[in-house]
Amino acid sequence: MSTTNKPVKTAARPGRSLAILGLVLIAMTSLVFIQGATSIRLGLDLRGGTSVTLQPRIAPGEEGKVTSESIDQAVSIIRQRVNSLGVAESEVAAQGSGTNRQIVISVPGDTGRRVVELVGQTAELRFRQVLASASGNPAAADPAATPASGVSADANAKFAALDCTKPENLQGTGTDLPTDVIVVCDRAGGTKYILAPAEVLGRQISKASAGLDTQGGSAWYVSLTFNNEGTSAFGALTTRVTTLPEPTNQVAIVLDGLVVSSPRITEAIPSGNAQITGSFTQLEAQDLANVLKYGALPLAFDRGEVQQVSPTLGADQLNAGLLAGALGLGLVMLYSLLYYRGLGIVTVGSLTVAGGLIYLLFLLLGKWIGFTLTLAGIAGAIVAIGVTADSFIIYFERIRDEMREGRTLRTAVETGWVRARRTILVADFVSLIAAALLYFFAVGGVRGFAFTLGLTTLVDLVVVFVFTKPLVAILSRVPFFNSGHPWSGFSSKSLGTLVAKEA
Amino acid sequence: MSKMSGLGGRLYRGETSVDFIGKRRRWYSVSALFVLASIAALSLQGLHLGIEFKGGSSFTVNKATATIEQARSAVEATGVPGELIVQEIGSDKVRVQTGALDTVQNNAVQDALAAEFGVSVESIDTQIIGPSWGKEITRKAIYGLVGFLIVVMLYLAMAFEPKMSIAAIAAVVHDVFITVGIYALVGFDVTPATIIGFLTILGYSLYDTVVVFDKVRENTKAITSNSTKTYSQAVNHAVNQTLVRSANTSLIALLPVGSILFVGAGLLGAGTLKDLSLALFIGLAVGTYSSIFIAPPVLAQLREKEPAMQALAKRVNARSGASAVSSSVNTDAAVNGRGPRNQPKRKGRK
Repeated sequence: MSTTNKPVKTAARPGRSLAILGLVLIAMTSLVFIQGATSIRLGLDLRGGTSVTLQPRIAPGEEGKVTSESIDQAVSIIRQRVNSLGVAESEVAAQGSGTNRQIVISVPGDTGRRVVELVGQTAELRFRQVLASASGNPAAADPAATPASGVSADANAKFAALDCTKPENLQGTGTDLPTDVIVVCDRAGGTKYILAPAEVLGRQISKASAGLDTQGGSAWYVSLTFNNEGTSAFGALTTRVTTLPEPTNQVAIVLDGLVVSSPRITEAIPSGNAQITGSFTQLEAQDLANVLKYGALPLAFDRGEVQQVSPTLGADQLNAGLLAGALGLGLVMLYSLLYYRGLGIVTVGSLTVAGGLIYLLFLLLGKWIGFTLTLAGIAGAIVAIGVTADSFIIYFERIRDEMREGRTLRTAVETGWVRARRTILVADFVSLIAAALLYFFAVGGVRGFAFTLGLTTLVDLVVVFVFTKPLVAILSRVPFFNSGHPWSGFSSKSLGTLVAKEA
Repeated sequence: MSKMSGLGGRLYRGETSVDFIGKRRRWYSVSALFVLASIAALSLQGLHLGIEFKGGSSFTVNKATATIEQARSAVEATGVPGELIVQEIGSDKVRVQTGALDTVQNNAVQDALAAEFGVSVESIDTQIIGPSWGKEITRKAIYGLVGFLIVVMLYLAMAFEPKMSIAAIAAVVHDVFITVGIYALVGFDVTPATIIGFLTILGYSLYDTVVVFDKVRENTKAITSNSTKTYSQAVNHAVNQTLVRSANTSLIALLPVGSILFVGAGLLGAGTLKDLSLALFIGLAVGTYSSIFIAPPVLAQLREKEPAMQALAKRVNARSGASAVSSSVNTDAAVNGRGPRNQPKRKGRK
């Protein structure tokens, strides 16, 4: 980098930067309202909620080991169940390493008991013949649909009344008895079914995997292998239904009382190996394979940890975080006003702009990438107040240094900027490296901290370049500042030198 | 305040100068003493790890009338093994921490506390952590630390000079050591939030060092082409020039961290905010010290070993009649409205 300290061209039109910044702020604000992202998504520690940690173990009476793979499958099943609660922003993840992992379920709000009950159940997988099917939305259902034959009037009435668009009908219950005729929805809520008693059970599956059929185009399928018992049961079921009319030639795969898939059986399958085809995406095929495998898993769960943060405690933590932020911001502003006098106004203004930008980003990122603000995240943002203010100080001190060398304020603002810019860039970049590494190596709350720290460092860079610098440039033309007024922060007394007056 | 500003001007011109480089043995000894104390504290006492690292259970009863004695006797009556730590959190909570328990034991402790204080089991904030969880956090923290040091070292070597990068990293290692030592010595709890704090300090400590080194680099860019100052003197001048800046940036960084510490410790009692800000507060203070007293002297020492710098030192000493006082140079330059000669060259020189 060159050391020529010639006034920089970009500084010639400070008004333009400020105008652009104003436009960006207005654009972001409108975006917030257009997208309806008007509140920051808060973490469980700030608004209360339940987190349950499950410790997988081998179910009693079963043999085998808890494998890393089986935990992954369990996670996807539990996620499905928790999503069926209809509580937004629920999360299910495995934490820890290897086979000693635990499954952590976080559900916001006051759902404690239900969450705990729901996630502790072992999934029940069953194969049932479809007796009737219809659109899940009663309003859209064909009114002329005749009651399915061979089904009790009771079941037909229930079937007609079932509304799969209601969330409570999409909660996996796992309470369906294998010997009953049942009336259920599919997982998406698009279709409802009357299903015959179960003929094949989940534990009769020995293997399931997703595969890609590369010959007939590229279709994803799921292949299944049954054990001996399952082979004969599935063989009998498929032999019987294959010649039946629609929809009774379909076999529904039911997990937790919800239909996962209802493939049409086109031929009898006595071999114990089956393929489920359909217009699966890769993800859908893998999920289904997981579901099928899971049905065969001898896993049960211990409630390792149930932690409930009451909304009161959450609110306490949120208030404490906000109070700490306000206090920190206030002290920094006060200090810079005391020390830099008039120039302190620039700090106050810049911090306000930075704060506004951060707030808008929190709102938008919450909408876009599901960013949630946790207590650690708030701490990161508060710590960043210091980093941001440091950038201003580096610049201000640099201007004062330039003036000590005899430059006028207007020149010093430009020459000082060239040097200060470099220092700020290098120093902020180091902060960014720290934030990025923290983010990628850390677990849990640390990530929230690193994310806000990194984000605020970036905002700091933007603010220094498009707000602080142009504002100082504009102020340097104001007589109050360039005449070295005692309260301007540029007086000869505060610089400890003679100040060259503006010509 | 304006007194301080005036001091800034005198420091800038070198009228007032603190000898940071020449007295490096003194600073090194102070740091060596601290580092030795840290090592001693670490090996004798070790760190006071929270249950997140060693596994265990934590039960918090939210009741203003609860006393430590009640909680202790209630839990001891259940016969759970291991040492109990019972603390008051804030003004209205009592927390009991135990070693790793199985489900039955955890339930027993919950029931005992609920019965003792007449609260529902659900209202007891319970945290149970398995022994493997801590290993995971520790492993990742170490990866993060090593990764950070390598990346920053490379970056600083590119942005500045390789020797500056070595000196900066030496200062960071020094900071981490002393901060961890203080934790061992005082016996503060080390939780995952503390680890976040430690890792953040790394970035922050470097921020200060970067500011100082940037000025050093500017002051020493063309140092060998004139013989007014040795490398050490130039470094010392740079540290003095940035002293007010360093003091200000550190103070301003400490203000928000202090606020978190105040609110976290004062209002919430133990928790994320307190653990995080305490580590930051200590680390920032140590980091400021090292960016002034450790990093620049180390850099000067490293560079003075170069033949070019030794030759320069000889020339300077010959010229100034062996009086190597750096602070007497150009006291009148600023009054003339022109920069002193050792200031950054503005035209034609690279």
